[in-house]
Amino acid sequence: MENYYQPEIECASREQIQRWQSERLVKQVRRVYENVPYYRQKMAEKGVTPDDIQSVADLKKLPFLSKADLRDAYPYGLLGKPLQDCVRIHSTSGTTGKRVVAFYTQHDIDLWEDCCARALTAAGATDEDVVQVSYGYGLFTGGAGLDGGSHKVGCLTVPMSSGNTDRQIMFIRDLNATVLCCTPSYAAYLGERMRELGLGPDDIPLKAGIFGAEAWSEEMRQDIQKTLGIKAYDIYGLTELSGPGVSFECSAQAGMHINEDHFIPEIIDPDTGEVLPAGEQGELVITAVDKEAFPMIRYRTKDICSLTYEPCACGRTHVRMTKPRGRSDDMLIIRGVNVFPSQIETVLLNHGYAANYQILVDRVNNTDTFEVLVEMTPEMFTDSVGEIQQLQKTLSLGLNSMLGIRPKVTLVAPKTIARSEGKAVRVIDKRRI
Amino acid sequence: MSIRQISVFLENKPGKLYELTGLLAREGIDMRALSIAEATDFGIARIITGDAQKCALALREGQFIAQFSDVLAFAVPDEPGGLHNLLSEFNAARVNIEYMYAFLGGEPGRAYMIFRVTDTARAEAALTSRGLRSLTLEEIERG
Repeated sequence: MENYYQPEIECASREQIQRWQSERLVKQVRRVYENVPYYRQKMAEKGVTPDDIQSVADLKKLPFLSKADLRDAYPYGLLGKPLQDCVRIHSTSGTTGKRVVAFYTQHDIDLWEDCCARALTAAGATDEDVVQVSYGYGLFTGGAGLDGGSHKVGCLTVPMSSGNTDRQIMFIRDLNATVLCCTPSYAAYLGERMRELGLGPDDIPLKAGIFGAEAWSEEMRQDIQKTLGIKAYDIYGLTELSGPGVSFECSAQAGMHINEDHFIPEIIDPDTGEVLPAGEQGELVITAVDKEAFPMIRYRTKDICSLTYEPCACGRTHVRMTKPRGRSDDMLIIRGVNVFPSQIETVLLNHGYAANYQILVDRVNNTDTFEVLVEMTPEMFTDSVGEIQQLQKTLSLGLNSMLGIRPKVTLVAPKTIARSEGKAVRVIDKRRI
Repeated sequence: MSIRQISVFLENKPGKLYELTGLLAREGIDMRALSIAEATDFGIARIITGDAQKCALALREGQFIAQFSDVLAFAVPDEPGGLHNLLSEFNAARVNIEYMYAFLGGEPGRAYMIFRVTDTARAEAALTSRGLRSLTLEEIERG
């Protein structure tokens, strides 16, 4: 039996969803136009006024908003409400340039927590569950979002934050935690640490996990599900759009339902900006229709995915998006070839390695060097130099056929690649371009 | 009888071998023989010791990746042609050697050879039938 947090919204008819979207969009555009000079100017440059926006069908008339706009308007230039109405900020890690600082009114937090509550309920959480939130707390949105959602569902919430892995495992066991929320790389590390401690999936009470904030492959899902003995659910979001909970997976594990009463998705051609029909792959653009403090209209997420409006087995009517291969921010261009770290993870897991890797990119004599560090495992090790070299070669060829570019594979000692407690550091790019 | 050798994965980086010897020193492990095979970016340290179990355990706790393998040990006279005479038996028994290394024992005039062969059980049987018995660890220890 599928459980819903807000069934009247999550299973509403498509007509109803569009009515909500149109009503809210019209109001939001007018409000933003009147209150945010930055938006007003952008709309003026495109020759659009709020009167041109009568329904969701008019969305494409509006200008895009990009990360560059956020940088230009930093920190207060996009505020949609006076500061005295704002109650909180969150911020990105700033690994890909300037930090994004997002603002929230109490209304914004309330809607965000609803979205996270929907995700938790879809993963099977009820008020009888103990939810361990091992996302970082603080500026990062992961901890606060799932924590708030967990409270709304009425779960006993364990605000662990990240770090101190042995204590995490102790709390899971002692408090009978049934749901774990963290990054997928940290979930994998918890599993690895459990194995070292001689603990198997039956030694922990977890039944489900909600893992997001970084791209992860289907192979990694299978791996985590096996080692932790749980069902692993993906959750998607961006700080700019409140945080996790823009979309989430249901029991069907066949794409993430976008919370369409709050977020209108579009898929565009990232080069031309042209809106693509449903089913085609392109860049996800999101319009948040009822965020107050930090309104985002046609925000370019840089995430590459596709949408499907096909009915889902779970009964939810909200559109589903495919797992993004990774932000275009995470994408590396090496010798002109696009490389996503998640592709490397897929190959490693398919070849029997753990998903602990690091990508080193440098530029020597104007040519990119591309090296993948992989940890040796007891299973892969043999006494024969030749056999190990053969393994290296097989892996390198496997990566070549996935990526179209052949990296040097270097085997390193176990535990030499730092384990992450939040987002894993997968890429070290030393090129100065 | 074959003896147990411990093979350890080593990254080819300054300090890695030092880490290994430090661990063995702390654990009081006495190496009888040591050889290192090297590839471009990694190496394999091969160790013969009287206390293989303890050594393997210490290595695991020290986060090293290690593995047992079976090798054959023979003593040869430390004189010209000593090894050649031994290998002529290997040759006649059609034993394929993957790698080998030598070390000197306590007794003067004698060297020891460690052989890793393709099929240890078959090689042992073939050599035994030619009257050539591989040494036990105790025999090596006695030097």
